[in-house]
Amino acid sequence: MISWLARRVAVSALLVFVLLSAVFFIVRLAPGDPLDQVVEENLGPENRDLIRRQMGLDEPLFRQYLHWLAASSRGDFGTSLSQQRSVTGIIGEALPATLLLTVTAYLLHLLLAVGAAVAMAARPGRALDHWIQGVGLTLYSLPAFWLGLMLIMLLSGKLGWFPAGGMHAPDARYLGWWAWLADLLRHMVLPVATLAVGSFMGTARYLRTSLAEVLDQDYILAARSRGLSERRILFRHALRNALLPVITLLGLSLPFLLGGAVVVEVVFGWPGMGRVAIEAIWARDYPVIMATTLVSAVTVVAGSLLADILYRWADPRVRLAGQEAA
Amino acid sequence: MTLPFGAARDRRESGGRWWTDRRLRPGLAITLGLGLLAVLAPLVAPGDPAALGAAADRLSSPSSSHLLGTDLLGRDVLMRLVHGSRVSLLVGWISVLVAVLLGTAVGLAAGMGPRWLDRFLMNTTDVFLAFPRIFLILLLVSLTTPSLLLVMTVLGLTGWMGVARLVRAEALSLRERDFVAAARGLGLSSWQLATRHVLPNLLPTVIVAATLRVGSAILAESFLSFLGLGAQEPAVSWGAMIQQGRGYLLEGWWLATFPGLAIALTVLGYNLLGEGLRLRLNPQDHREGRDG
Repeated sequence: MISWLARRVAVSALLVFVLLSAVFFIVRLAPGDPLDQVVEENLGPENRDLIRRQMGLDEPLFRQYLHWLAASSRGDFGTSLSQQRSVTGIIGEALPATLLLTVTAYLLHLLLAVGAAVAMAARPGRALDHWIQGVGLTLYSLPAFWLGLMLIMLLSGKLGWFPAGGMHAPDARYLGWWAWLADLLRHMVLPVATLAVGSFMGTARYLRTSLAEVLDQDYILAARSRGLSERRILFRHALRNALLPVITLLGLSLPFLLGGAVVVEVVFGWPGMGRVAIEAIWARDYPVIMATTLVSAVTVVAGSLLADILYRWADPRVRLAGQEAA
Repeated sequence: MTLPFGAARDRRESGGRWWTDRRLRPGLAITLGLGLLAVLAPLVAPGDPAALGAAADRLSSPSSSHLLGTDLLGRDVLMRLVHGSRVSLLVGWISVLVAVLLGTAVGLAAGMGPRWLDRFLMNTTDVFLAFPRIFLILLLVSLTTPSLLLVMTVLGLTGWMGVARLVRAEALSLRERDFVAAARGLGLSSWQLATRHVLPNLLPTVIVAATLRVGSAILAESFLSFLGLGAQEPAVSWGAMIQQGRGYLLEGWWLATFPGLAIALTVLGYNLLGEGLRLRLNPQDHREGRDG
């Protein structure tokens, strides 16, 4: 187990390194100049060169790469070119906002997925199963950014129930603690709903297949013959085992959630990683691009690593098979 | 009442055909209908979708003369929707074609080739998979001047990994089958085995994978166009139409609403078709997360 884990971690680290290096060269070789965003047009070429030199952008590409490697291995991600702030500060502000959004949305996503899957698998082929499949597939086909806009239009614009965007009301800092929390929650409802409602069917269908397989097993038949109620069989005996493959899905959902966060953050003006990343790409803000890439790559790779570990821990069959092979 | 479990299973199996048809039929109807509409767009909705409308027609709500209303420049939304279908379908199809060709080539080479090649290709695939796709797409698309060609290329080049894994897994199981062993016994080379015996048997898997990916490619394209990174004026795209309607959600609700419904219908059509084909042809495919 330990050697397996060590090898897996090493491979993951190598993956992140290769990816970051690739992105480093891609963004710098691509057309576009970070100076366009910071420098006024009529500044004159001499001053431009001066600023370029101050930013360290006049050095040969490979030397810049070595500098970046050395600095980032010390945990120093540099200063944003467009905002004149430390990259660590920018990420430190944006990451919690994104985590709050995605983790909440993922919990709702799982809740909806389990609910829908149990309802479908309880009576496969019946009307309820068909209905949920149909509605779910339709929701799954909606463009997330459009769904967000529609929710803004109806629930915020027409009915005024929720704010149209942002994370806090403008006067939030003068609010008391409870009022501040209530305000934050009100701002979270629409983005969280957009993320979860449009996506849960993917997990639900997976879970439904898994449940259907488990319900075919002999031990379910045994439980039935013991006269246990359907509800007890479904929730106590079947669901537990059916959730096993979903653990793997949990890790694999991470890139998808990060991607979804980009969409939702753009539509709702949520001050998270997705917006930071998009703005950095637009401004050719190399240090910020590298840092957001690092964060997302680490999250994704760590997610799949975590899924592997959880899966081994949860399913003794995989663990034992792995030992035999080793 | 508790249904005996065997009965439920029988019902499911006997209903198999009916089940698939519930997906295949509407899926085929939607995709064929929209495809036809896109091809015949100049006939169905004659005129230039970019031409300015009459000043009196600006931002008028749906009526009998403009069924889905008009936009800020007085252009008929329905007409623009019909023309916009061309961009969505073109990007959806071409990018998936690129992704599937690339993915099949990589997967087949990994599955049928020597071990070192398999390792190398699968590690490369993992590198690409280790990145939230939308980040990579945004990064690549926004680094040069936006164009449709670029969007198609980038969507294709970032969408092949799932197909590659699928094809490799399928190829690995096919190469152990008797008919492949027999062909190998006849002295065929790996290349011949791969192209003549394994590839044709991979087709159902590949077709289903492709169909299921058209929907997510269309979603990704619409999001890029929404961000202004896709098709540029005077070309019409649904995502860009939603962007134009974004500032007028209350004054002109129809502007953002209808293009979104058009995207949803198209994507639903391809998802239904893909599902139907999957149940009919029954290869194993786990769809990746979508973007957009």
